Amino acid sequence: MEHTAYQPKGRFARWLESRLPIIGFAHRSFVVYPTPRNLNYWWTFGAILTFMLAAQIATGVVLAMHYIPEASMAFASVEHIMRDVNYGWLLRYLHANGASMFFFAMYIHMFRSLYYGSHKEPREVLWILGVIILLLMIMTAFMGYVLPWGQMSFWAATVITSLFTAIPIVGDAITTWLWGGFAVDSPTLTRFYSLHYLLPFMIAGVVILHIWALHVVGQNNPLGIGVKSKEDTVRFTPHATIKDLFGLSVFLILYAWLTFFLPNYLGHPDNYIPANPLQTPAHIVPEWYLLPFYAILRAIPNKLTGVIALFASIAVLVFVPWLDTSRVRSATFRPIYRQFFWIFVLVTIGLGYLGSQPPEGGYLIAARLLTTYYFLHFLIILPVVGLIERPKPLPTSITEAVLAKSGAAAEAGA
Amino acid sequence: MGRLALAVVAGLGLATAYSAAAQEAEPAQPTHFPIEQPDEQRWSFAGFFGTFDEAQLQRGYQVYKEVCSICHSMSLLAFRSLGEEGGPHFGEEEVKALAAGYQVADGPDENGDMFERPGRPYDRLPAPFANPQAAAAANGGATPPDLSVIAKARGASRGVLWGLVDFFAQYQEGGVDYVHGLLTGYRDPPEGLVVPEGTYYNPYFMSAVSLKMPPPLSDGQVTYGDGSPETVDQYGRDVAAFLMWASDPHLVERKRIGFQVFIYLAVFAGLMYATKRKVWSSVAH
Repeated sequence: MEHTAYQPKGRFARWLESRLPIIGFAHRSFVVYPTPRNLNYWWTFGAILTFMLAAQIATGVVLAMHYIPEASMAFASVEHIMRDVNYGWLLRYLHANGASMFFFAMYIHMFRSLYYGSHKEPREVLWILGVIILLLMIMTAFMGYVLPWGQMSFWAATVITSLFTAIPIVGDAITTWLWGGFAVDSPTLTRFYSLHYLLPFMIAGVVILHIWALHVVGQNNPLGIGVKSKEDTVRFTPHATIKDLFGLSVFLILYAWLTFFLPNYLGHPDNYIPANPLQTPAHIVPEWYLLPFYAILRAIPNKLTGVIALFASIAVLVFVPWLDTSRVRSATFRPIYRQFFWIFVLVTIGLGYLGSQPPEGGYLIAARLLTTYYFLHFLIILPVVGLIERPKPLPTSITEAVLAKSGAAAEAGA
Repeated sequence: MGRLALAVVAGLGLATAYSAAAQEAEPAQPTHFPIEQPDEQRWSFAGFFGTFDEAQLQRGYQVYKEVCSICHSMSLLAFRSLGEEGGPHFGEEEVKALAAGYQVADGPDENGDMFERPGRPYDRLPAPFANPQAAAAANGGATPPDLSVIAKARGASRGVLWGLVDFFAQYQEGGVDYVHGLLTGYRDPPEGLVVPEGTYYNPYFMSAVSLKMPPPLSDGQVTYGDGSPETVDQYGRDVAAFLMWASDPHLVERKRIGFQVFIYLAVFAGLMYATKRKVWSSVAH
């Protein structure tokens, strides 16, 4: 199904290609790579996420040249970046809001997978690599949030690291080991900084595996049916490249709106108060993108069970390819699943809201209901709906469906 | 044994009475703070094209220096920043004179002794107290917070609906509205409200009914050179604007560059869209 193989033209290109066929590899992967012709804009988020990872690493490396990971100087060093470093304010606001945009794109990318069945056979490994990336992103973002060493940084670090005390017998010892002392303090900050620098490169490594797996099994598409002929595909470049670039530039407009005009909108004002171990803030909340998980953690009265539920809420995603028993991939042809999909989206947004509210009264009851539903969705609804649902008939090929649609559009237009 | 049981019963009784009393007192004593949300003010630096008003920032610095700086430090702010464009923009000589008005600790000298010298533009603003403990001891037990980033460190949650509106309306002035509300919001407590000894009622204070800072401003307290009204409201407005600038000294540059980035991205996205249409025009999709 290759469109045209790479033919090295110049003398140097031939010389290099016979020693390291990297240009041919890039050509196969990103130029002539066959991509389904019916992809919609939800498929541009893969490219957007790659861009965001690169942007976070680029801004982060420069920020790291000016930041000081020491408890008495961290807060002031961030403000030094904001005031005295050339365009330091721009780098920091890009980096802080970039984390939000990264997660925003990541969640859309994941929901897109769940809607169109991109996690299903033969893309299970591709999906699991994505879940590993999400887990690494959560760890990276959490440690990054600690670095400015404001009140929320300090107390978020305290709350989350204290979760490890829930582990029976060795919990206290593990927590002391994580802290590098008997409380969150400078040693904790320094090691978080080290890990915050390390993990993005691990993410980059898993991203390479993710793209490799993608290129082995090929992209899914909104119809969820396999590519059958060369007709069903177009060359990656220019078709997908230009579409991704347009999607990315619209995404960047939103990113710029936040960075330049609402740079502190998604942050918490308390994080501009220097960390004070003697004064607990009224409400300790994580960044918005971790709120659903935080709601699940706090919905459960027992600490150990809460921690298990928190990890289970991510771990359950690994099993989705097998929990989803339907033989049809795309929700377009799955009338019942489609409704449950949208309920699930609303439930995660609801959990996010509840994560931002104090865990008391009605909020707590609601958080418990939605937490239960979150797990029910994966453990009961996905397997059962897949078995009882009668999917709509699938088109025989992508080309046929596309031509039928554009034919109808041409008739309607005429 | 009997005594222990008696003590437990008495303890329970006391606890019940205490919680009942707390419940009775609740209607008059607010539990959610701030009691009142600050009024939204008109600020020159709000919005897409917002810029700071230099004269206002200079007046605000004057209020900070003559009133606030007696108790509050601004340790992250350097004198040289006061001369920067997009800020109060004092002249070079003025900045030197402002800095020289302070004594700054320096040293050790060649004999190993610390010494004091007049401030220079590269110095940060000296703090009024040697350390937070000294500041607390002189202020009834509460350390006056450093004001370097105070306008970014304040601002109450406005809820989900207002949060959505704020996203599109580009409202980033919650902190500066709060500062203005607090400075001008002192008043007599309503009937029946319990205000702890040594504190002052202020419905805009974020974490209690009252705070230890006495009302800092009064009409006519600071003499302005430019004929602006010498009222509490004007002082509060000017110093809040100054604190906003100090919290985000590159705000004007940020909005200016943001506008350029917007134009660039709009054109770029348009070109990408046109190219995409052209590339895909021959492919049904």
